[in-house]
Amino acid sequence: MGDISIQHRLGRFSLDVEFSLLNKWTVVFGPSGAGKTTLLRIIAGLVEPGSGRIQLGRRTLFDSASGVSVPAGRRSIGFVTQQPALFPHLTASKNVAFGIRHLDRDRRVKRVAEMLRLFGAEALDDRPAFHLSGGERKRVALARALAPAPEVLLLDEPLAGLDDASAQDILSRLLSLDVRVLYVSHDLAEIWRLPADVVFLESGRVTAVGPLQQVLATHRDQLLRQLSL
Amino acid sequence: MDLQALWLTVRLAATTTLLLLALGIPLAFWLASTRAPWRPFVEAVTTLPILLPPTVLGFYLLVLLGPHTGLGRLIERLFGHPLAFSFSGLVVGSVIYSLPFAVQPLTAGFRSVDVALVEQARLLGASRLRILSSVLLPLSVHSVVAGAALCFTHTVGEFGVVLMIGGDIPGATRTLSIVIYDQVQEFSYAAANRTALLLVCVSALALVLLYMRRAGDGASHG
Repeated sequence: MGDISIQHRLGRFSLDVEFSLLNKWTVVFGPSGAGKTTLLRIIAGLVEPGSGRIQLGRRTLFDSASGVSVPAGRRSIGFVTQQPALFPHLTASKNVAFGIRHLDRDRRVKRVAEMLRLFGAEALDDRPAFHLSGGERKRVALARALAPAPEVLLLDEPLAGLDDASAQDILSRLLSLDVRVLYVSHDLAEIWRLPADVVFLESGRVTAVGPLQQVLATHRDQLLRQLSL
Repeated sequence: MDLQALWLTVRLAATTTLLLLALGIPLAFWLASTRAPWRPFVEAVTTLPILLPPTVLGFYLLVLLGPHTGLGRLIERLFGHPLAFSFSGLVVGSVIYSLPFAVQPLTAGFRSVDVALVEQARLLGASRLRILSSVLLPLSVHSVVAGAALCFTHTVGEFGVVLMIGGDIPGATRTLSIVIYDQVQEFSYAAANRTALLLVCVSALALVLLYMRRAGDGASHG
């Protein structure tokens, strides 16, 4: 489903990773400063790596050897971060519609309504983004990222700061979707039950890959020390 | 009150402001977003008019636009008359003189917009033009208004550049600043006072409107 090989230097930090995406959901797990966010930003096309290759499905998004670098907006990737960057001057529905301007008006309106409903945010449609609460912003940001029907959704700790009930509600809605997800987290409790593979990242290196419960069980002692759980 | 000079001054300030917004917005967008190695050079050139004495700037423009340079001759051939000592010449001089007053607030405004918003717009497939028109400009309205107000008032009050390029031709190049100068030369202090007071009012009004808008926006976001 995807192969990722990236070498990138950022000051004294170096990211050198190589892994395949075999499952619909892949969790990138590791302590703070491991390079998880940098990895997602490189895959999204927001940062150009020093070298490497990013292949998702049959599409090559980046290949330093052949000089291929698909611009961020043409990668068919949705990206939602911990701080949902909604356009504050637009309403919730206009935020969701931002990436689907190519659709005709009827289809666009229908798609916006569908996406807001998917995340239980249909009542927010005409509310200005700067009037939304933290949880509402996250729901609208997810709806916006998914509106153009991306092939891959990158999620960088999107549930951080939410209460457990809201986090579980959003997570179950995301799991019901037919989209490949690369999910960054350092919260073991949040991801433990996900039907996902995990890429364990430490100091910019992949130290383990495989089914989530299996890989993280073998690292449990180390995780308990690192995460102070 | 010299109404002809008043009208000419307003016309010059409005034309200059519109041209500076049309020129300054793309230039500021480029300055705020580029990593090109020559950006500091372009930034320095656009800021230079702040530091140059207006008479120096006016002198060089007068020479550059005059009939003894290739550019001056080309302009004369294209427009049928030299730019020096004409309203068009005043506009060119004013645009160059006030360029930093448009570019600096606009660049600062664009740079103050959260980078994450621009990145989201890129991820959602927005072109550079759409990022400018749909994200940066709506979120930098203060800076656009500030730049426009500064350009307008700066042009209304300019003297050195206008005198050097335009001289003192009634109806063509005589602005209110030149009128004040003429009135003082003629010892008509009362008339000069009335004209000067008008310019003070224009500047103060522009600033009050600017600060009222900022206060209003601050209240609505607070």
